[in-house]
Amino acid sequence: MLKILFFGQLKDVIKTEYLEIDIIQNGKQLNTVAKLRSLLQEKGNAWNEYLAYGKALVAVNQELTSDDTVINDADEVAFFPPVTGG
Amino acid sequence: MSHFTQISVQIQDFDFAYQYKKLRDSNNSDGALVTFVGLVRDMNLQQSVSGLFLEHYPAMTEKVLNEIVETARAKWHLGSVSVIHRVGHLKVSDQIVFVGVTSQHRQSAFHANEFIMDYLKTQAPFWKKETTTQGDKWIEAKVSDMQKSKDWP
Repeated sequence: MLKILFFGQLKDVIKTEYLEIDIIQNGKQLNTVAKLRSLLQEKGNAWNEYLAYGKALVAVNQELTSDDTVINDADEVAFFPPVTGG
Repeated sequence: MSHFTQISVQIQDFDFAYQYKKLRDSNNSDGALVTFVGLVRDMNLQQSVSGLFLEHYPAMTEKVLNEIVETARAKWHLGSVSVIHRVGHLKVSDQIVFVGVTSQHRQSAFHANEFIMDYLKTQAPFWKKETTTQGDKWIEAKVSDMQKSKDWP
């Protein structure tokens, strides 16, 4: 199972902070961040808007990364808005 | 004592004098100690703002802060480095962040301190939400902050 985390405004608008999904969807493996992002965006209007490329950053196993990153079963993938600490 | 790296993500406030003393006492070879403290301000917030809520990604935050400090250590010859960032509920004028750097000479300490703050603002997984009487509002990231971290060679 993929562990997926959401933070900041994104978490609020999709009313979800954590979910687990099977890495195999419709017989195909979600082998990149881009494919996972697209699948999640289909979950509704807020998901589609706030998870859009450029609007939500992504970290795989706690490392900031890009959409072409390969993901594996049991990875932790986090989506969040640009950070605002400091 | 000897040179150290201290990274802390915490709910409780920090004592500036104590943190300064720890850095100062860590060695006798550094001639420069530069500190930065970030505060909660009421500017650009609505009048009814009572403070901030700071959220973070616990598994990732300290890891990223450590990486930023290691990157700074590779760029400049540094002595001790301390980064403290608070999370949770904060009021106007509360302390949010402390960055302290020692070095043999001032230039490295000035540069490294600014570098750590610039990267912290664009890489470390913290999010600020204004808490107001009308409800809460997430703060949007600033393009100028993203540009600052890109300006470092």
